[in-house]
Amino acid sequence: MSGVLDPLRLKAREAKRLLVDGEVSAAELTKVYLDQIAAVEDRVHAYVLVTSDNAAKYSTKIDREMQAMRGPLAGLPVAVKDNMVTEGVTTTCASRILHNYAPVYTATAVRRLWDAHVVMLGKTNLDEFAMGSSTENSGVQVTANPWDLATVPGGSSGGSAAAVAAGEALWALGSDTGGSIRQPAALCGVVGMKPTYGAVSRYGLIAFASSLDQIGPLTRSVYDCALLLRHIVGKDPHDATSVELPFEVELPEGDRLDGLTVGIPGEYLALGIEPGVRARFDETVALVEELGGRCVEISLPHTEYALPAYYIIAPAEASANLARFDGVRYGHRAEGAADLREMYERTRGEGFGAEVKRRIMIGTYALSAGYYDAYYGRAQRVRTMVRRDFARAFEGVDLIVSPTSPTVAFRAGSRTDDPLAMYMSDICTIPANLAGLPALSIPCGLSDGLPVGFQLIGPAFSENRLLGAAHALEGALGFETAPSFRDSSASAVAGEARS
Amino acid sequence: MITDDDVRYVARLARLRLEPDEAERMTGELAKILGHIDKMSELDIGDVPPTAHVLDVVNVLRRDAPRPSLDRADALRNAPSVADDSFRVPRMG
Repeated sequence: MSGVLDPLRLKAREAKRLLVDGEVSAAELTKVYLDQIAAVEDRVHAYVLVTSDNAAKYSTKIDREMQAMRGPLAGLPVAVKDNMVTEGVTTTCASRILHNYAPVYTATAVRRLWDAHVVMLGKTNLDEFAMGSSTENSGVQVTANPWDLATVPGGSSGGSAAAVAAGEALWALGSDTGGSIRQPAALCGVVGMKPTYGAVSRYGLIAFASSLDQIGPLTRSVYDCALLLRHIVGKDPHDATSVELPFEVELPEGDRLDGLTVGIPGEYLALGIEPGVRARFDETVALVEELGGRCVEISLPHTEYALPAYYIIAPAEASANLARFDGVRYGHRAEGAADLREMYERTRGEGFGAEVKRRIMIGTYALSAGYYDAYYGRAQRVRTMVRRDFARAFEGVDLIVSPTSPTVAFRAGSRTDDPLAMYMSDICTIPANLAGLPALSIPCGLSDGLPVGFQLIGPAFSENRLLGAAHALEGALGFETAPSFRDSSASAVAGEARS
Repeated sequence: MITDDDVRYVARLARLRLEPDEAERMTGELAKILGHIDKMSELDIGDVPPTAHVLDVVNVLRRDAPRPSLDRADALRNAPSVADDSFRVPRMG
């Protein structure tokens, strides 16, 4: 049976049906992904660690003990971003400073999947400590976009997005602080969702910016996104900011948008959206109306201030969160330091990469005496203005839509020397984090052969409305294309050699 | 405008060793990034209150009941250096 399963097209919904009907075993299903990893991972580099032996053993156990190990997700293989701690499985955050860290507990979101007998395939690559938009800041390796291996998968959940796009995972968990699920999902042609802040426990998610971080799904369909989400949400005594959702996450079925009012913020379209992305966006907006939705122009006047505010708030929180990496309790320690202070400074100097150092510096600077009011204090007030923009807009519309990323996947290396250009990649995704709102990205077509993402943002706790609308749109869009694994840099070199 | 001295001072606050070439590059990069961030100063923030957190939850408390904590051996397992069931560090400067 597993011979006919195409990991580039199989969705969790079908995989689940095949398992339930006994048409495929959990071990066979897991093998489909381990085989695909063996076939393409040397080109994609999506995983920091593939736990193939554990996955094979555990899936066999699920088949053997089928009566005891039942459940709606039992036997479905998942990939996990390597900033979620996993007991007994090395967790690196793609940083030198945690290269040997063996957690003694497991993140709640991952624990809930393990308890549901999901098979973990491995830990996926990311920008070090989730700081970046291309996964090029990984201290382990650079991940390639399966649509064109010369381009980046986006970031920071680039490993999870590339793994799902490349058929190296059925679905995956990522984390989103300023777009780190949605932007790589857009660039890799998959679905990615950041839930409402508080919907998913952050316990065991290695903290970057605690008031912004959320765990969420990266999947091959909106239905799968809802299915994975409903098993990770809920209050957790270990995370005081987690909340019980006032509703069940529904599995979306509808194909119409009748009665739905969708807002299009003019400010987002002025953010340097490239023409190919704009064209796909406009077509998708037209589809919204064909499906019975009503599109209206709205204004979110403080949009252009969201990015500057984010680049104070996130680094400020990061500089405090990353103080714990000091060479005392875990991770790397510099050798031969004369005293404690030198050990701290050299451990951190050796252990952190360039982008993490930049963010720690910005954050420390913004929080330091004399600058606090001008930077951090002001950024927190701008954050309030961004929230008020959304609150006002949602008085008149049900959802807000925009491109997810202003561009398609960009070439590896093209933004690494210009941090500010890299930061601009998240210009459409950051406001939802500042306001704590749920948002998701669905693929809405190709531009120059590369995927374009369509972002939907909803009011707090409107997950079901968002997923329902995204599901209807997805059906009308019919985006089923699989990536080609082409390498435009190789063909360019070959082209030059010929001419 | 951020200076080389500022960078050295902030790196010291952050307990972060920067090599001379790193520090020099950092000054230029931070100047550019902070230049963009200064866009915020265009806004009249008047009496807008700050947002530290988006949720309406305050003082989340749990029952103050004893329960087992992390096992000592587990807590020490990842430590680079251990002595007498404790984390071992270099002497204070």
